[in-house]
Amino acid sequence: MSEFFAMGGYAKYVWSSFGVTAIVLILNLLAARRQLRQTRERLQLRLVRQSGRKVNT
Amino acid sequence: MWTWFFQLASPPHFYRMAASLVPWLLWPALLLILVGAWGGLVLAPADYQQGEGYRIIYVHVPSSYLSMMVYVTMAVAAGIGLIWRIKLAHAVAASCAPVGATFTAAALITGMLWGKPMWGTYWQWEPRLTSELILLFLYFGYMSLRSAFNDLNQSDRASAVLALAGVVNVPIIHFSVLWWAGLHQGPSISKIDAPSIAFAMLWPLLVMILGFTLFFLGILAMRVRGEVLEREFHSRWAQDVLRGVSRVEAA
Repeated sequence: MSEFFAMGGYAKYVWSSFGVTAIVLILNLLAARRQLRQTRERLQLRLVRQSGRKVNT
Repeated sequence: MWTWFFQLASPPHFYRMAASLVPWLLWPALLLILVGAWGGLVLAPADYQQGEGYRIIYVHVPSSYLSMMVYVTMAVAAGIGLIWRIKLAHAVAASCAPVGATFTAAALITGMLWGKPMWGTYWQWEPRLTSELILLFLYFGYMSLRSAFNDLNQSDRASAVLALAGVVNVPIIHFSVLWWAGLHQGPSISKIDAPSIAFAMLWPLLVMILGFTLFFLGILAMRVRGEVLEREFHSRWAQDVLRGVSRVEAA
């Protein structure tokens, strides 16, 4: 098992490569979710403001 | 067939369909990436020259492949948007950029981590590395150009021109290892008839590439939904979605 993690002396490079890639995958997922949610919230706010103006005038 | 195509291109249909598509893309992507990582880290044999160090290939090649594939998708979508003035195409192009940029960064970083033990250096200004770095700057340029305009139409059209101009860099990246003698090794799998890699090493790589592709499509579907909603803000269906009273559900 420890032999597996040692990666024949390349542990540092192999595991950090896989780590960086995992982080990129996870960040992409979180960023896409956040983008969709924030767009919806921003547009909802714009919609409320617009209809509010119409009522006032 | 054509009815289906036009339905897909209609924003409300796309908005609804993309939502139901996302889990069908992302779950298989996760499964394939896990299987590919297991195959690459555990099942595949060590390389006779690079020992266990070559296993970086299982994250480096899929990232590099996506960095270019996403750019081509972005440029084609931008071109379609520019020529036929299809809003959905611009939405696709805009959604590609941040995803492509992150995978280009992943390709560069994993490449550096592979270069250090094999070449003795993290970085060298050689053709493959330099052209991939230019790709990263093209993504950055595209995104900052987009944000430079307040008007979405202007931003779509200006950035589309940049995306199309930059596409010449993609074949340069791909062929750089053949055209110029740099440090980077030659292609391992793109020679279709005779891949220069053993099957036991090859299959996890192909599984990984397929997993990354599905992952990209899932992320793209999510992002395009936001972009479509923004572009369709003035239409009835989008406002119904935003008010939560839509048949095009709000999920």
